[in-house]
Amino acid sequence: MSRASQSRTPTRAAESVVEVKSKFEAEYRRFGLKRTVAGNFQEFYRFLQSIHHIRGMDVRLCYADIHGDLLPINNDDNFDKAVKSANPLLRIVIITKTDDDSMVFATNSLQRRKKVMTLPGLNPGATHSRGKSVPQIGPPQDFRQISSIIDVDILPEAYRRVRLHKHGTNKPLGFYIRDGVSVRVTPHGVEKAPGVFISRVVRGGLAESTGLLAINDEIIEVNGIEVAGKSLDQVTAMMVANSHNLVVTVKPANQRNNVYRGSKTSVGNTGSVGSAGSIGSALSHDSPSPASQSNPITASSSQAEGDSDDEDDEGDIILESDGLNPYSRDSARNGAAAAGRPFPQSVSMPNSMGASLSNSASYSQDRNHNHAGSSGRERMREDGNMITL
Amino acid sequence: MKRFKRTNDSHRDKIKQELFQFSKTVEHGFPHQPSALGHSSSLQLLAIGTRSGAIKLYGSPGVEFMGLHEENAAVTQVHFLPHQVELVTLLDDNSLHMWTLKGHKGVSELLEIGRFVLTGPPGALPSVTRVTAVLAHSSGELLLLGTEGGHVFVVEVPGFRELEERNISLEQVTSSVPDNYIGRRNLEHVEALQENPADSNQVVIGYGRGLLVVWDLKKHRPLQCICPSQSLESVWWTEDGGCILSSHTDGSFCRWTVGENNEEKSDTPYGTFPCKAISKIVELPTADGQPFLMFSGGMPRASYGDRHCITVIHGKNHVALDFTSRIIDFFVIREGPQLKGDPSALVVLVEEELVVIDLQADGWPVVQTPYLVPLHSSAITCSHHVSAIPLKLWERISAAGALQNTHYSKKLWPIRGGQNLAPDPPQRDLLLTGHEDGTVRFWDASGVCLSPVYKLSTAAVFHTDADPNDNMNHSTEGEWPPFRKVGCFDPYSDDPRLGIQKIHLCKYSGYLTVAGTAGQIMVLELNDEAAEQTVEAQVVDLLQGQEGFRWKGHTQLDVREDPVLFPPGFQPFTLVQCQPPAVVTALVLHSEWKLVAFGTSHGFGLFDYQQKKNVLVKCTLNPSDQLAMEGPLSRVKSIKKSLRQSFRRIRRSRVSLRKHHVNSAAKVHEANARLEAELAEMELAPVQRKIEARSSDDSFTGLVRVLYFAETFLMDSSHNTPSLWAGTNGGCVFAYVLHLPKVEHRGEEPITAQPAKEIQLMHRAPVVGVVVLDGHGTPLPEPLEVAHDLARSPDMHGSHHLLVVSEEQFKIFTLPKVSAKTKLKLTATDGSRVRKMGVAWFGSNRTEDYGETALLVLTNQGDVHAVSVPHIKMQVQHPCIRREDVSGIASCVFTKHGQGFYLISPSEFERFSLSTRCLVEPRCLVEVPASEGNCSQRRPQLEGPSSSQTSTCENEDPESSARRVMEHALLNDESEYEEQRSCLS
Repeated sequence: MSRASQSRTPTRAAESVVEVKSKFEAEYRRFGLKRTVAGNFQEFYRFLQSIHHIRGMDVRLCYADIHGDLLPINNDDNFDKAVKSANPLLRIVIITKTDDDSMVFATNSLQRRKKVMTLPGLNPGATHSRGKSVPQIGPPQDFRQISSIIDVDILPEAYRRVRLHKHGTNKPLGFYIRDGVSVRVTPHGVEKAPGVFISRVVRGGLAESTGLLAINDEIIEVNGIEVAGKSLDQVTAMMVANSHNLVVTVKPANQRNNVYRGSKTSVGNTGSVGSAGSIGSALSHDSPSPASQSNPITASSSQAEGDSDDEDDEGDIILESDGLNPYSRDSARNGAAAAGRPFPQSVSMPNSMGASLSNSASYSQDRNHNHAGSSGRERMREDGNMITL
Repeated sequence: MKRFKRTNDSHRDKIKQELFQFSKTVEHGFPHQPSALGHSSSLQLLAIGTRSGAIKLYGSPGVEFMGLHEENAAVTQVHFLPHQVELVTLLDDNSLHMWTLKGHKGVSELLEIGRFVLTGPPGALPSVTRVTAVLAHSSGELLLLGTEGGHVFVVEVPGFRELEERNISLEQVTSSVPDNYIGRRNLEHVEALQENPADSNQVVIGYGRGLLVVWDLKKHRPLQCICPSQSLESVWWTEDGGCILSSHTDGSFCRWTVGENNEEKSDTPYGTFPCKAISKIVELPTADGQPFLMFSGGMPRASYGDRHCITVIHGKNHVALDFTSRIIDFFVIREGPQLKGDPSALVVLVEEELVVIDLQADGWPVVQTPYLVPLHSSAITCSHHVSAIPLKLWERISAAGALQNTHYSKKLWPIRGGQNLAPDPPQRDLLLTGHEDGTVRFWDASGVCLSPVYKLSTAAVFHTDADPNDNMNHSTEGEWPPFRKVGCFDPYSDDPRLGIQKIHLCKYSGYLTVAGTAGQIMVLELNDEAAEQTVEAQVVDLLQGQEGFRWKGHTQLDVREDPVLFPPGFQPFTLVQCQPPAVVTALVLHSEWKLVAFGTSHGFGLFDYQQKKNVLVKCTLNPSDQLAMEGPLSRVKSIKKSLRQSFRRIRRSRVSLRKHHVNSAAKVHEANARLEAELAEMELAPVQRKIEARSSDDSFTGLVRVLYFAETFLMDSSHNTPSLWAGTNGGCVFAYVLHLPKVEHRGEEPITAQPAKEIQLMHRAPVVGVVVLDGHGTPLPEPLEVAHDLARSPDMHGSHHLLVVSEEQFKIFTLPKVSAKTKLKLTATDGSRVRKMGVAWFGSNRTEDYGETALLVLTNQGDVHAVSVPHIKMQVQHPCIRREDVSGIASCVFTKHGQGFYLISPSEFERFSLSTRCLVEPRCLVEVPASEGNCSQRRPQLEGPSSSQTSTCENEDPESSARRVMEHALLNDESEYEEQRSCLS
């Protein structure tokens, strides 16, 4: 294990040393870590506990990857990955396990978490009173979410709404669509109508790996907008335009794996919308974070402005002044600390300070500083977001 | 709250209605694939039918009408009813249609009022009723229809009532044919029907085999049979009624005297060797006695069989007018009060243009057409619209254009029917079209008539393969036939690299910049005098040492080193050649700063045309983009490649078959089986689309789509600076701050450009538009617009905004610090993508002083959208172009006042308008001809004979038996039969 040093000015030149900034509640610690030394998670865990003075506390370690997603560190492998992906700064967030059980490493989870934290004002007493003995029930925790089945409670049973998180994975979406004929059962009998179907699923692609989309599934909606009456090219364009956060409602060709709600057992196409006995999303492993919205089946114009909106904006990369000074609004909002020069607030804060107060204070300070830095067009290096052009 | 909102919405809806209204107003240019020509001498109107079933009427400039047949069949014949406002069209599907010009609210409208199909007897062959010849009788009440079966049916118009007792059946004719006539057994179809100009009761029926029968309509019997030995092509009855001319398939024509049964004169004008058919012949008398003889075709088959000629002979003058495309039809306009005087103009409709020859001026010059101009005389490669041209510039361009048109006849346009009631256009607009042969044509687009103003050729600057002495027009003395090249349709380009791809005209300074296929950018200046000068080329390397690049495309153009004489008009003074010489994809000119920016698929550059120095080069090429790294942006190449491959495969298989011809049968079998399997596979694999997020490695991400100059706050919010913006196919926007020296040092001090911003849109869709909005949220005015007091100076106090339009969404960013403010998603919501974008001002039709600026957008679905600025809200949406019409969508240009143009065929622009205030559409009136009295006089004349005719018919037994057959042929509807019976009795 590398020698931890409390150096406030990291050695910029040494490539072998990873600059680490770890955060627990409102406190920051900065230190260097040798990249070459293979990581040992347990050692690292204990080390962090020691420098944050939280020995004995059950905590979870997370790091922010280049996309601003919060990912777990809980074994040697992902610790190694975290160290490798640090570019140049490794940001560690320490969370008390009881704090946020529902925490899932989803897209933009770093930002979402921030919202959660600032809202209820972090009442540690309340969370502790819940007790640790309660067994964990809920979505699996130490995984990155790549897909989910959503809105099971409001969709007709024959339909399935799948969200594919392209953001943050290198896998191609990996499916093809085609024109076809859809058969619907109506009160007047069987009716044929043109429809769009999945024609091919690429091996190793995101669509295949989720197992939620299959050949001959009929596409009903794309991000809340019905595709009926649209040409294949239009549907393709819609999907590509939403590819970073694609929500497809399909009518699976194989109807045997459908989720049945309450007493309703018919696999009719005319399943009533929003039946009373809606159970939670049994199959869904979507995070119940505030940003996850459910789109009702009826399309309305406002639906296009779903949660994908924010992410989209975040994505625009803006380089100010010249190509050498990359600056991303995305990370600025996340309260990224700059590495170019030392930040005063990176000095550890007195532990005795009121948690919620110091928390918000530090954030605002952090953010202010960032703004000042960017408007002054000082040389800034973005952690983990170096843009190569 | 909700209620409040609704009232607000309805108020907005009302404003929208006052601002926006979609309509397709007029079609400019030459109809695609014309198939029939008609002319009314009394209305002075011209009618053209097309293969797609459209019928277009033209009169004096500005008078035009258009109709479309419901059937999608070609119009094969158009005939005006003499002295009336009706016309009859015959379609390919054997249906006849009656059209009329109806007055409505002070303007005329072209309306279809009747439809008719000849019905045969139940078991009859369809050829019996297949119409091949139509004669609109001068009475204006009868239509004679000759059919393939050789019958002539008589129909009363405008009601299309069949007059079966007046039909001329084949049997009636054959009985009168001399026994020794060789073609007696089979007369073939009715080829021609002509009325005796001197006696309207006589018609000549010409049969395909050659037989001509002069028929008396009154007595219902043949008067004379003429038996030429050759197959018939056309018939002409001379003005005095004394002679009939017949033209034949062997290139000869014969003159027959009516009443005598001997051939007077036979002539094969381009004789001795076999000739092609004379398809139409016309002879018209003149006051001085020497008639005009005109015929089409008849050329010697072997040597000139491929020429499209009309020969005009008048006394000693003999010219074979040589057209560049197939002749559809022609007619002659005559002078005089009754239009019975000397021929004044020959109007020829050829496949690609309308040519009018002045027959009264020496040398028979061509009359310049005010409409129906062949826009596509060389293929259109791009277009650019400039609104509200200052008078001064307009006059100078027109003057330069007038000098180019000296070879045209001075004659007024001879087709003068109808009145143009459209108000004078409020402003002068120019439409500039770039062509494949390196020319830029300037069209007056202010009104309904798109008329040529000026033509600029850029080819003179370069060495081209074409030999300038290779002029088809100069004819050697004594050449036979005496050809004369006419018409301007010339689709053959000397060098495709000359093609114009981008045009930008500054209407205030008269500077023009054009850019072409081989990376050439020219800046031109308007000069009223001819000037001889050398144009020096500056080569700009856009690659900036990018490695691994192989250019496989065309070479750059060779520039002439010696001085070139440029005629008055736009003369080039600066030439930039991009290296690699790829197609220029974006071009913008700032005449105030004297800068021109250009972009290709490799990068963009900024050129100072005052100092003739390059200011900036930026390579946008992505090294992992293989396609862009390798060659020109051309789909043709891949087709060529695949063709080559398939040919190779065929050849290989042939060779192998030849080699092993012992067991060739088995091989063939095997090959066939393989082919079948391949075909089956192709059929099984449906059309499918890949769903994949765009990555930076996609093809042509570096292609520069848009360039834009703006005076705005790029560095800080207190100082505005000149700036250059560039948008690429990969969703990237680059911004540069430009440092311009003070005006007095503009000539010496260098201009510098410094990179300031770079925006990478996350969705990576191609950027199609960049606009800077001022403090009021209105787009910045054009350069020099404020200096000329034509625009309000932009608000420099409020904060500016940047509007980036990508193919997928509209996005507003703040300035100077770039951060996203608002956006409107298009593709994510309806799957359409932005293809064309323009900024336009829309005036309210209710109040004079209210107007809004909006974005005009054309999507790949062919829909036109209006999007408000700066709130970027969708206002209206209208389907405009068929989504399959890719070339139409690609050719669309918007005007600054809410109108637009797009190509509906290679030769026609459709004009549309989204504005309620700016609408250019034809408003014209055609009145029933004044010679109505003439017509009504004739009517009773004909009424008499028709009744007497019925009585004569009944007396003759063999004829009445034949008639019965015809009755069966014509009337299988009992009720109609009864009705007609009652009418007759």
